[in-house]
Amino acid sequence: MGLAHLTELDRLIHERIRLGIVSALAVNTSLSFNELKRLLRTTDGNLSVHARKLEEAGYITCAKYFEGRQPKTEYRLTEAGRQALERYLAHMDALIQSMRNH
Amino acid sequence: MEPYDLRDRAADNLRFIRETMEAATSFTAVSGWGQVLVGVSALITALIATTLRQPAAWLLLWLAEALLAMTIAVVAIVWKARRAGIALVSRPTRKFILSFVPPLIAGAILTLGLYRVGAVALLPGMWLLLYGVGVVTGGAFSVRIVPLMGLCFMLLGGLALLAPASWQSWCMAAGFGGLHIVFGVLIARRHGG
Repeated sequence: MGLAHLTELDRLIHERIRLGIVSALAVNTSLSFNELKRLLRTTDGNLSVHARKLEEAGYITCAKYFEGRQPKTEYRLTEAGRQALERYLAHMDALIQSMRNH
Repeated sequence: MEPYDLRDRAADNLRFIRETMEAATSFTAVSGWGQVLVGVSALITALIATTLRQPAAWLLLWLAEALLAMTIAVVAIVWKARRAGIALVSRPTRKFILSFVPPLIAGAILTLGLYRVGAVALLPGMWLLLYGVGVVTGGAFSVRIVPLMGLCFMLLGGLALLAPASWQSWCMAAGFGGLHIVFGVLIARRHGG
């Protein structure tokens, strides 16, 4: 049962940084690039690559704007992203449960 | 792949998600345990306040409590931010302060005005109402439980304004004491400290 589950795993948010982005956005209406970077303790390049992957999947939206002369990037979780996180959480729960019953 | 590794992996993933959510939540800076302390100090103040006969002494005591509560709240917020390893002055924190402070300033000015005309009986209801407004508006950027607490404060404020004068001490104790303690414990348990 456990192994069968693993193959259905949402690979997109299984990756640590991406899971972190989705989790952090789940409890905030929006977070800026810098806030996410600080929170996940990662680099600019790493964060932007993973954020783009999530954006392409439609899990998060990305808005760029200027605050004065400073360009800002703001991320939000989409409904699809929220559902993906919920599925992932249920998945991990089920995995633990099924192992416990072994 | 060993089954037990898989379970550890899943448990580790869940822990990571929870910790990330907790750290991200404290961007909004509300400290549950700080709130509990504020609640306890308010309960003690409410107890002492019932023994005071003079309006001036009563008002001074509550103003001192307000200062003490603010100090506790600030220290608790700084402590929580440090522990979570996040910057204190983030955009959500700024938003929180910008929407929380104006109702409190309005409350301070109204306190002065109402005290001058001798309408001290209106103060508890107004304080509860305006504090509630601040928590609702500030909490709009926080987890859902925060604006809910604000609404409870507003309800108590309405009750204090309409109820007989003898209820007011109880409303103050139930609001600044009781609500802070109850919601403080809930926030601390759900959102890490």
